[in-house]
Amino acid sequence: MLGYTLRRLLAAIPTILVLVVASFFLMHAAPGGPFTSERPLPPEVLANIEARYGLDQPLWKQLWDYLTNIFLRFDFGPSFVFKDRDVNDIIAQGFPISLTYGSLAFLAATIVGVGLGIAAAIRHNTWVDYVAVSLGIAAQALPNFIMGPLLILTFTLWLGLLPGGGWNGGQWQYLIMPVIALSTSYMGSIARLTRSSMLEVMTSNYIRTARAKGLPERKIIWSHALKPTLLPVISYLGPVFVYVLTGSVFVDMYFSTGGLGKSYVSSALTRDYAVLLGVTILYGVLTVVVNLLTDLAYAWFDPKIRFQ
Amino acid sequence: MFGRSKKAQVLAADITDYTAVRGRSLMRDARDRFLRNKAAIACMIVLIFIVLFVVVGPQFAKWDNEEIDWAALGDVVVLGAPAIESGHFFGTDSLGRDLYSRTIQATGTSLLVGLIGTTMALIFGTAWGVCAGYFGGRVDNIMMRIVDILLAIPATLVIILILVVAGRSFVALFVALGAVSWLSMARIVRAQTLALKHREFIEAARAGGVSELMIIVRHILPNLFGVVIVYASLMVPEMILTESFISFLGLGISEPYTSLGALISEGAGTMGYGTLWQLAFPLAFYVAIIITMYFIGDGLRDALDPKDR
Amino acid sequence: MIRFSKTILSVAAGSLFVFGNALAESHIPAGTRLAEEQIFTYRVLDEHTSVDPQVVEDVSGAEIVRDLFEGLMNQDADGNLVPGVAVGYEVNEDNTVYTFTLREEAKWSNGDQVTAHDFAYAWRRAADPELASPYQWFIELMSLDNASAVIKGDAPVDSLGVKAVDDLTFEVTLSAPLPYFPQMTTHSTTFPAPKAVIEAHGKDWTKPENIVSNGAYVLTEHLPSERSVRERNTLYWDNKNTTIDKTIALVINDENVALTRFLAGELDRTEVPAGQFPRLKKEHPDEAISFPRLCNYYYTFNLSDSGPQAFKDVKVRQALALAVDRKIITQNVLAGGQPEAYTFTPAAVAAFTPPGTEMAAMSQADRDAKAKALLEEAGFSKDNPLSFEMMYNTSEAHKKIAVAMSQMWKQKLGVQVQLTNMEWKVFLETRGNQNFELARGAWCGDYNEASTFLDLLDSESGYNDGKFVNADIDGLLEQAKSSDDAAGLYTKVEEIIAAEMPVIPVYHYAGVYMMGSDVGNWPVNNVEQNWYSKNLYKTAQ
Repeated sequence: MLGYTLRRLLAAIPTILVLVVASFFLMHAAPGGPFTSERPLPPEVLANIEARYGLDQPLWKQLWDYLTNIFLRFDFGPSFVFKDRDVNDIIAQGFPISLTYGSLAFLAATIVGVGLGIAAAIRHNTWVDYVAVSLGIAAQALPNFIMGPLLILTFTLWLGLLPGGGWNGGQWQYLIMPVIALSTSYMGSIARLTRSSMLEVMTSNYIRTARAKGLPERKIIWSHALKPTLLPVISYLGPVFVYVLTGSVFVDMYFSTGGLGKSYVSSALTRDYAVLLGVTILYGVLTVVVNLLTDLAYAWFDPKIRFQ
Repeated sequence: MFGRSKKAQVLAADITDYTAVRGRSLMRDARDRFLRNKAAIACMIVLIFIVLFVVVGPQFAKWDNEEIDWAALGDVVVLGAPAIESGHFFGTDSLGRDLYSRTIQATGTSLLVGLIGTTMALIFGTAWGVCAGYFGGRVDNIMMRIVDILLAIPATLVIILILVVAGRSFVALFVALGAVSWLSMARIVRAQTLALKHREFIEAARAGGVSELMIIVRHILPNLFGVVIVYASLMVPEMILTESFISFLGLGISEPYTSLGALISEGAGTMGYGTLWQLAFPLAFYVAIIITMYFIGDGLRDALDPKDR
Repeated sequence: MIRFSKTILSVAAGSLFVFGNALAESHIPAGTRLAEEQIFTYRVLDEHTSVDPQVVEDVSGAEIVRDLFEGLMNQDADGNLVPGVAVGYEVNEDNTVYTFTLREEAKWSNGDQVTAHDFAYAWRRAADPELASPYQWFIELMSLDNASAVIKGDAPVDSLGVKAVDDLTFEVTLSAPLPYFPQMTTHSTTFPAPKAVIEAHGKDWTKPENIVSNGAYVLTEHLPSERSVRERNTLYWDNKNTTIDKTIALVINDENVALTRFLAGELDRTEVPAGQFPRLKKEHPDEAISFPRLCNYYYTFNLSDSGPQAFKDVKVRQALALAVDRKIITQNVLAGGQPEAYTFTPAAVAAFTPPGTEMAAMSQADRDAKAKALLEEAGFSKDNPLSFEMMYNTSEAHKKIAVAMSQMWKQKLGVQVQLTNMEWKVFLETRGNQNFELARGAWCGDYNEASTFLDLLDSESGYNDGKFVNADIDGLLEQAKSSDDAAGLYTKVEEIIAAEMPVIPVYHYAGVYMMGSDVGNWPVNNVEQNWYSKNLYKTAQ
């Protein structure tokens, strides 16, 4: 398994390289540059700036310098917009925030979603089932960005219970709304997936055998049905974790959390090339690692799978 | 006893009926299974009504979707509220434009986005997956490695970059949506093709000297149909959701056209200002479309996927 | 950014100019009961680019820098020049050598004295090609001796026309006389910089743990994209007259969320979203405020070769400009007390008299009738409708205005308008390359004088994206640079603009805010909105 893991990680390197090169050229293909502004800069000033950031070099040279700086010094370059900070700073500051509320949202979505799904399946065709299914579908069908203004209006203005935004080192009051906003739709889909998976498992032959043997229902559910129920859920959780971390721009925008989602989108719009590339690489690596972890977790749950 | 039951009589009649013996195809079984799924049928009906509304609705509109009601613009909270007399059945947006007409137009756009985006993913993903699966070996290796690499690129980045580079148009939007969604389709189709490739009827066709292209077109593709349709039906709501996210980022469709995502995003911003209808109507249509698509997708899967039930 | 006032100028020429100390008195009216807690919290749209005075280029960054650092001169609540670190200055006969005398009691937040060397270092730093500040253009604009050569890298940085004669005497040599030079020293690019700190920490010197500043506040906390906090600098020379202890800037991207948070009591100041002002004014009469700003909003015709032939006909331009009902745009769409625009230069600009144009005097019905007639004269009718593309950058407010204008044209004149929006960078690139037909434009004055706007329509101007060429305007603007009656010449330029209509002025900006009723002394009369936390106070309620 160690060998398999290593092989997968090695195979990821060309993937990331292709990702960097493709994003690099796509970005430079976009009209306008980081220093395009309403007030056109005098040519001599623009020349100084371009020289400072190496933008006067040919593209292949810029790419080469960028890559060597990463490999030799782990330096992802300066931000073209935030002049006091470089990409390493921006990621070091924003990523822990995104990771914190992202992981919490992921946990909340998984725990509540799986719980709802199991409850619905066990109490199939009762009011529990109907409530859980309606909740799940509603949560999944609402576009998640409307949760932002809705929560702030409710909890900050009308109830006066929670601060309307900010991070404050991740105190719990500041975490509640971002986590709810981010987890809702995934919670819905996890609940629906768990329910249908469990319903299928509960009608399978070996559960019928277990019932026939007279095992108590509780034991059947927990020690026989749970693991196979969760198999399809686990393969879905990997992508969810990636989405929760990379698609969180609306959380940063509404709740001023200072996470990486906002930096990511605005760096594309302001042509802050280095920031965009740095965050892309981070997200790419994250995707690869999460996919690997998903496969490993899947194997742990399903002994039928063997690594070649 | 035997032969007396109604079922047996029907069976007997069927046996004598030449067409039934020949024509009881998998597809027909699937259709019957689908028709028995009440939730899916109910949703199908709702969806048909929504489509009808998009087609017929404009006949009843008093205002077109880009015309500003200058009087309503003066006081949207009061004069722009939903009312039969003013002709604004769904009220107006914050610029005094009729929300009824705009919702119809937006619903049309969103359905179109779902369908065309999915179709693009379907065509490209199927072609890619079939080629990789059927030809196998090195071709398969390279093609699937490309898919793996592209899958590691966050979808948000691809969409933003495409819309930024290519500008804002329907075509760019479809390309962006298609670009991020064909990958998983390709994977599924490839796996299915691999399984089909070594089945006896394919071997038989090959032994009979049928050309490779013919085998793909006549024998592989029809057998992929079920899986592809199920997957595509589940992809439509994903597309509509993704489009709404793009609209939220301000990269969606250009004025005067609008989409449900754009209307919801506008309405969500102003929900505290006493104009809740600007959120409620588009959101209702949006949620209705997503939910019906989910149930129809589920119904199709139950009907077409022979593995389940 | 720079208040340009000819009266100060004539006093200053060839003489000694020293402010009395009386000016630096308390700004709080007698009898005001101050609040216990003096914290001012305001919303900013986005994370600031920098707090390095020589590097910062955005408005929200400059607001922070004005609190952290203090230059030679400051602005008062009306935008007039008042002493900062300098107590006064002397200027030679031909207005090319300025000698500033610095106050002895000015200190850095680490206790060091603020000296002329700090200014000389900062100004050289701003011009240094190695720092590559985007505001090098400002150093060029200041006409400092050798500035262009230094920026091009042709001359050493030391050759810039600045000199610390001694610790308290700072001498500036200009390459050409520049009457409004002292006004430029209120701009953040010219603020002093602590050489030792910058050399010790490099790029990290602006981090809260490293930064040393000489203004009324020090930076104590910075959480990017979330908040930045500045607190009272007890070593500041005028600390005893400073009331606000702490100023907090909160980054809130969404204006509707910001308004919600204001109403929940989390903010002392935020912008009012378009269209919401009348309702808020009714519900919160003390808190919803609106005052004129130094910015215009217009649409520019592409008059270059790549522009549509129809726009080359002045009648078409006139017709389109006439048919825009500015009242609807300012009162119903924006509804924030913005003045309707019939001239390019806002009326709020100092020493500028807008000409009484024909269009401004007409009723909208007459304008519409005239527009119809003009368009018919130009050969457009129902069967041969005028059609063109209208371009704006992506934003909710711009979209609303563009849609409203296009509908006015469509309904009144039968003109077919195709709307196109683009995100900012693409928009600038497209407009700059004359790849448009009709495009949105807006400009905020760099200084309080009509030329900052009118220069945009100079044939040679780099900002003239519509490529409007008019020799009379060029001549008048050239004349105005050295004329005693610049105001009269500017009025003449506006008259030409009203006749030729190279742009469609739509409205002039207003600052539309929700401002806590306990915030005292907000400088509503400072049209450039250069505000200093040290001049504000909060009353007990």
